[in-house]
Amino acid sequence: MEILIATIVRGVGIGSTYALIAVGFVIIYRATDVVNFAQPALVILGAYFNALFVFNYGLPFPLAVVGSMAAMALIGALTERVALRPMVGQPPFSAAMVTVGLFFALYVLAARLIGSNVITMGDPWGLSRVEFLGTTVGQVDIAKTIISLTAIAVVGVFLQRSKLGLAMRATALDQEVALAQGVNVGRMFGVSWAMSGALAALAGVMIGTAGGGMVALDAFVALKALPVIILGGLDSIKGSVVAGIFIGVAEALTRTYQPGNADFLGANFDVVVPYLIMVIALMVRPYGLYGTKEVQRV
Amino acid sequence: MLAMENLEVVYEDVILVLKGISLSVPEGSIVALLGANGAGKTTVLRAITGLLDVHRGKITKGTITLDGKPIHHMDAPATVAAGIGQVMEGRRTFTEFTVDENLRIGAHTADRGTVEANLDRIYTLFPRLAERRKQVAGYLSGGEQQMCVIGRALMAEPRYLLLDEPSLGLAPLIVQQIRDLIVAINEQGTSVLLVEQNANMALAIASHGYVLETGKVVMDKPAAVLREDDDVREFYLGLREEGAASFRDVKHYKRRKRWLS
Ligand SMILES: Nc1ncnc2c1ncn2[C@@H]1O[C@H](COP(=O)(O)OP(=O)(O)OP(=O)(O)O)[C@@H](O)[C@H]1O
Ligand SMILES: [Mg+2]
Repeated sequence: MEILIATIVRGVGIGSTYALIAVGFVIIYRATDVVNFAQPALVILGAYFNALFVFNYGLPFPLAVVGSMAAMALIGALTERVALRPMVGQPPFSAAMVTVGLFFALYVLAARLIGSNVITMGDPWGLSRVEFLGTTVGQVDIAKTIISLTAIAVVGVFLQRSKLGLAMRATALDQEVALAQGVNVGRMFGVSWAMSGALAALAGVMIGTAGGGMVALDAFVALKALPVIILGGLDSIKGSVVAGIFIGVAEALTRTYQPGNADFLGANFDVVVPYLIMVIALMVRPYGLYGTKEVQRV
Repeated sequence: MLAMENLEVVYEDVILVLKGISLSVPEGSIVALLGANGAGKTTVLRAITGLLDVHRGKITKGTITLDGKPIHHMDAPATVAAGIGQVMEGRRTFTEFTVDENLRIGAHTADRGTVEANLDRIYTLFPRLAERRKQVAGYLSGGEQQMCVIGRALMAEPRYLLLDEPSLGLAPLIVQQIRDLIVAINEQGTSVLLVEQNANMALAIASHGYVLETGKVVMDKPAAVLREDDDVREFYLGLREEGAASFRDVKHYKRRKRWLS
């Protein structure tokens, strides 16, 4: 029982992080119809900035997080302006291919910057544990959950309530009509990328708080947001949250219980679980749990 | 005064659609722009509101001026800010937004301070919308949606309002209501350029009218004169019955959201 609770808490923690990355995908997809495959590279780049701010510039952790989010917002907006804006009017598939190129470019950049080092985030949680439902769980897992879900909630309220959020949603629904209302559609694209960049940085920090720190290759942890958006629906923030937590928990449960119970599946089977869920989702419900039906895939 | 001088518009770099159009909307007036399907009426409005590039169109000659200042190089947000509002063909409500949100997005370029007062003004003008302000706009009737998008355009307090076939697909009674609303809006100080195939309705309230045919202005006369004109009576006032009705069915290009996909 205690193991189960600890496992679920760990799953919810990492799942919330997946959700955070997935929301970044969703924001850009809704604004521009493009699946941004560069998102995982933005995630580790964000973690790199956080480590840089903490260890090279001596910033306290919370300030470093805000700083890396701001830096990645800027990089996100710049990337959109330079690489994606010229693609406006081209098929979404071509634009998605540009983001694949961007992924490799940014990944190589991040890998160069991080080198072969393991980076840590300078977070206050480390390995400390707290009492939870009669067992002890990692403080960091609770922190991840609270921070990620809060960030997502802030994004949701911003989109739903603010004037800029309304303009972003209008752009997502019908760009020409948004233009006719005086919305600067190009700027909305930029804002979407900036928001995704900031969320990516936050997610990078969350991934980097893992016990062993993180390496450049952890971009592939971030890539698990892909199964999340397929399961949740490309255009649904709610879907990202539900699917993110579902996949995080499924992965954690597999890691805990598969060895010893289903050894024939091989070692590290948990790594495959998100993709297995993705394949099943694609077969059973191709537009995802909460996605819009006619959403077209690239 | 909103004026267009000798305007040429080309789509896809080769399709010449407007062939030297001149027209003007004096301050405070209602001007009607009539013409059959494909005459170029919507293109005229796109040229004024900076929406041509979304459709791969370009102004290749001529000028558009607002109070003497050229505006034909402006993008869409700039024309809205300059005081030109529009109601697009086919209504184009944000169907997933509530009525309230549809109106608020219309105030995107307006000062924050004006939003609540304008909402009040519009809900007074359209009591039917007030009752449905929290409802999703997609569930409104056609007439209500038309009112919703007219209200949306008014939120920016435009000096000039361009309306593209507001009567399209609406029952006669609703068309009458829309007509009265246009008059009311005009009386509150907004000049109107009214694009219509329903010449009856348009000429009843306009002071001046233009008739467009394959990209050229073929008539440019006071509305009272056009109402009496034999050709206009025959083609647009329904005296030759098949006319207007069958034209409707031959929308020959399907609107594509080119810029988006
Ligand atoms: N994006 C486009 N690309 C190519 N041709 C276009 C485009 N948009 C319109 N056209 C053509 O330009 C001409 C004028 O079209 P426009 O939509 O301005 O006419 P309209 O008078 O508004 O017609 P309707 O009454 O059907 O709305 C038509 O022949 C149409 O086929
Ligand atoms: Mg038209």
